[in-house]
Amino acid sequence: MREVAVIGIGQTKIGEHWDQSLRDLAGQAIQAAMMDAQREEADALYIGNMMSSTANHQQHLGAYIADWAGLKNIEAYRIESACSSGAASFRTGFMAVASGEVECAVVVGVEKMTDSPAGEITAALATAAEADWEVDQGVSFVALNALVMKRYMHEHGWKHQDFAQFSINAHANARNNPFARFHDTLSLEAYEKGPMIADPINVFDASPMGDGAAAVVLVPADSIHASSRPRIVIAGSGSATDTIAAHDRRAPTWLSAAEISVKHAYSQAGIGPGDIDLFEYHDAFTIMATLSLEACGLYERGQGPRAALDNDISLTGKIPVATMGGLKARGHPVGATGLYQVVEVVQQLRGEAGENQVADAKIGMTQNIGGSGSNIVTHILRRV
Amino acid sequence: MEIPRHWRLKQQRYALVGEVCPHCDAKIFPPRDVCPECGGEAREAYNFSGKGEVYSFTRMGEGPAGFEEQAPYTVALVKLAEGPVVTAQLTDLGDTKVEIGMPVEMVTRRIRQDGDERGMIVYGYKFRPVMQG
Repeated sequence: MREVAVIGIGQTKIGEHWDQSLRDLAGQAIQAAMMDAQREEADALYIGNMMSSTANHQQHLGAYIADWAGLKNIEAYRIESACSSGAASFRTGFMAVASGEVECAVVVGVEKMTDSPAGEITAALATAAEADWEVDQGVSFVALNALVMKRYMHEHGWKHQDFAQFSINAHANARNNPFARFHDTLSLEAYEKGPMIADPINVFDASPMGDGAAAVVLVPADSIHASSRPRIVIAGSGSATDTIAAHDRRAPTWLSAAEISVKHAYSQAGIGPGDIDLFEYHDAFTIMATLSLEACGLYERGQGPRAALDNDISLTGKIPVATMGGLKARGHPVGATGLYQVVEVVQQLRGEAGENQVADAKIGMTQNIGGSGSNIVTHILRRV
Repeated sequence: MEIPRHWRLKQQRYALVGEVCPHCDAKIFPPRDVCPECGGEAREAYNFSGKGEVYSFTRMGEGPAGFEEQAPYTVALVKLAEGPVVTAQLTDLGDTKVEIGMPVEMVTRRIRQDGDERGMIVYGYKFRPVMQG
């Protein structure tokens, strides 16, 4: 296995881009990443995307996007694992370059969610759950997370407001991120009064969808010429699955797939939870932020809300999270999210995060969650 | 709507027919032919009692496509007396305040209807509070 470096990053603003198509967005992110990497050619393109077949009536994104982006005749295909499609495609690019088979891989995550009516997008999101035994009972994806959150609060005695700081922190950080969907602050009062979607989850526990694309360029680390720019390598990469239905898990309030994938990534990187300088976690809902912190060994089981209550998660806290806004406020263009997380960690490790810079960030982690915890991909990046 | 998919699940939807593992006696629902507890082959049919308790629940203000007209409604994780947990709607609640641990029992109800009055109707299980007396 060769060490793999991230030499280029690119992203579009997340929002409602009525004037741009799926491939417009993907093309912009790829072009920005290639320019950042100072490359004009690549050998392979891997695309993270969840729902183009239903939301855009377009499959076969490999040929569709490679041609559009001017990457003629290269190997290209889409990787799908629901909301963790982005990180799964990033891992595919990592494995391709690490193996020696591919010299330069471009990975793009893209989702175009505003072409179809909201009801169709809600139904498309629900396909991340099991059709026969979850979705056919009338449960939405938000409701599945609500079932997990209610049980978690019951088991561990937390109140809804104990989760507030996860969302407040995300909104505060997004204010300085020009690519974020939201730039408004969130108050505790507003959080508590948020319109209920499926109790205990209200709109301020949930991340917004949006259109967006983010991309990276990967090469073998030993191929990079000396330059003034910090070298960022992929130090650890892990991926694991769990049952697709939340009800089939012995404990729906514990993310086994996160625990397994992060252990693999820690071991590969030769580090432990105490070595992480910042964490781009999957705060699609405040409960997922909580469970992710616990599964990664950053908090004891059942104690995840302590991170919010003690505000350990701010940019100067013990474990800064969602440093550019997270899914909650940067936005969650589903299949693109895993790549936004990687792009943001690279910004931090390069020292290019502006007002949101985490001081002396050397090691950053990303975790992308598919379904209600069914498919989880973790990466650790390091500045060398 | 995919008619064969719903047709082939009718024993589970109407009667909670699962499986029992001949190796470790685990009760399995829905049937999957491989025991999730011990990994052994499990193909023997087993009729679940339909009794259980609420493991978690949430009230949905809006229903997804196909369920709009039923909203608002309550969905739950129901832990069956035999062990497995299922996702299902709660029904016949009246003024009952739902709580985790509340005993419930399976009933057969209309789950959804596809399109207009000529569309396929899917029946299946929901759970109601256990009747007193």
